[in-house]
Amino acid sequence: MRELGAASDDLAPGAELMEGASTVLGLPTDRRREALARMGRPLVLELFAAMARLRAFDERAVILQRQGVIGTYPTYFGEEAVQAGSVLALEDRDWLFPTYRQNSVVVLRGCPPEVPLLLWRGNPAGWHDVQALHTAPVCVPVATNYPHAVGAAWGSRLLGAASVALAYGGDGSTSEGDFHEACNLAAVARAPVIFLVTNNQWAISTPLRLQTRVERIADKASAYGMPGVRVDGFDVFACHLAVSEAAARARRGDGPTLVEAVGYRLGPHGTADEPSLYRDPESARRWNAWEPIGRAGNALVDAGLASADELAKLGADAAAEMREAGDRLQDFPVPSLEEVAAHVYRDTPWTLGAERLREPTFGEEV
Amino acid sequence: MSTKVTMVEAVGRALGQVLEEDPRAILLGEDIGVNGGVFRATAGLQERFGPDRVVDTPLSEAGFVGAAIGMCLVGLHPIVEIQFDAFVYPAFEQLASHAGRFRWRTNGAYGLPLVIRIPYGGGTKAPELHSDSPETLFSHTPGLRVVAPSDPLSAGEMLVAAAACGDPVIYMEPKRLYRRGRAEVPDRFLALSLDRAQVVRPGADVAILAHGAMVEVALEAAEQLAAEGASARVVDLRSLYPLDRDTLLRTATEVGRVVVVHEAPRHSGLAAEVAAILQEEVADHLLAPVLRVTGMDMPFPLFQLEDQALPSAARVVSAARATLEY
Repeated sequence: MRELGAASDDLAPGAELMEGASTVLGLPTDRRREALARMGRPLVLELFAAMARLRAFDERAVILQRQGVIGTYPTYFGEEAVQAGSVLALEDRDWLFPTYRQNSVVVLRGCPPEVPLLLWRGNPAGWHDVQALHTAPVCVPVATNYPHAVGAAWGSRLLGAASVALAYGGDGSTSEGDFHEACNLAAVARAPVIFLVTNNQWAISTPLRLQTRVERIADKASAYGMPGVRVDGFDVFACHLAVSEAAARARRGDGPTLVEAVGYRLGPHGTADEPSLYRDPESARRWNAWEPIGRAGNALVDAGLASADELAKLGADAAAEMREAGDRLQDFPVPSLEEVAAHVYRDTPWTLGAERLREPTFGEEV
Repeated sequence: MSTKVTMVEAVGRALGQVLEEDPRAILLGEDIGVNGGVFRATAGLQERFGPDRVVDTPLSEAGFVGAAIGMCLVGLHPIVEIQFDAFVYPAFEQLASHAGRFRWRTNGAYGLPLVIRIPYGGGTKAPELHSDSPETLFSHTPGLRVVAPSDPLSAGEMLVAAAACGDPVIYMEPKRLYRRGRAEVPDRFLALSLDRAQVVRPGADVAILAHGAMVEVALEAAEQLAAEGASARVVDLRSLYPLDRDTLLRTATEVGRVVVVHEAPRHSGLAAEVAAILQEEVADHLLAPVLRVTGMDMPFPLFQLEDQALPSAARVVSAARATLEY
């Protein structure tokens, strides 16, 4: 693992972007050690292990894509802190609304990893059990999951269930109308919802400065009358604390929160993307100093909360788990159109009858 | 017990019945609370059921249709009012990209018990974008059901059925019929089958197929044809997706001449689908080509021109005569 400086000043070029972002790993050494000790060994190790599993999934998925076992895949290399920190800050009864970028958070809720991998293989066995996992299907159209989270949160409150809903998105998603409508509706309805926006500075090739004129995405919250907070998106401990606070606020009945996790997209948009066409590779290399797993690991070892060996073992176990999941993908058969035709409606209409799914024929005498 | 009500009152009574019988039902929409909706369809419901069950939303069709989808996930049964037909366009992505795909994304396990009510159509001398007939956008979108009532009784029965359907239903309300006379309705509407067409006038020489406000036009045309000695059968399609195939085929087989009427634009319209089904399946029984009497392939005109654009009884009669003389 790389040795990192204790203070964020050593972490150029991103340090100025992190101004006002809550952090644990960016604290001076003594305070950082104290903060981690306060969180306690079980939680910090659980957070580290969750990041290791997300990373192993992501790396395995990229390999499987290169091997042709799965199709185009949206890697999230570098976003593990935001994802692990947020999922573990919530309870199982709370609802998650992931996008394609958070496609494997269901694994942290107990879903077998082959399920999200199968989605990228184009197999319907890749749809996870939404109700059992309280996790909506992976949302592809940007920002359209935000209103769903508002409705789930608001509905839970109306039903007296006290569940919180969390929707993920990126910096680009905050330019979409659905983001605005969802934030506004959530604030008006005091819905117990968290909008967790990972500001990784890039929407495919479009940089943040072409996306918005606000300096900080969290500032957008003021337009809706809700709190907006910024957190170091490469700091799993800070992300956990920020989402925990937002969840507590939601459960108290104080409504929604916009959480901006500041980061950088360390990898490409997806396996079909070539970032050197639109950004200086040197920039991503320099941001690599913030890479969240190495950074968290160093801090845990430094704080005496874990040994380098046990952290390495967590990584190795996760890699083995995901390799085995990848090996199982070929076991899943491709269903027929007739089978999936029964998944569109509760009562399948004649329009989806077997005879309509194959070669056209003239009607029979009636 | 029964009472005579207008169609808009029938809609309100059906909504009240659903709210009463289903504690998980919730109404969302713009101005539906104290104001009772711009057409008064929800008049008195917020007073009866409270602001948590009859909810005035911000002006955000994509937002509250999307929120309704999220509400379904946690066990509510939302019924959403879109204020006017064309106001549904901002919500189209939520309906096409999510509502219609949700059951599919759960391998059939969980559907969305969601109803979207859309007052639609012309003939009310309304401003631009208050007279559209967008039903084909939805009947071409997998995963949605699309229905349109044509009188107070069918409005109540179909709305109650839509609320019990378990899949998203686009419920098209022909607003020009909202206050077109009163009809007997029972105290409680029965949830009848959602996907059955209804023969509303018997006849043997030519069949006129229509839905929504065009049923009235078709009936008027049938009356005029009767005076000329031609007996026209009028079929109210009611279910626009899926179409009632059995009734379509039986009608074409028994009558042999078919005219399809709708106020939506002609190109890629519902009439084209009906004609295609009939020529594929019962071509041998057709005594004349299927004719379409429809709205124009143009934006719905400003209202001084709307009578020229809307299908009229005269245009339907003329099409029926053409098929009879073929």
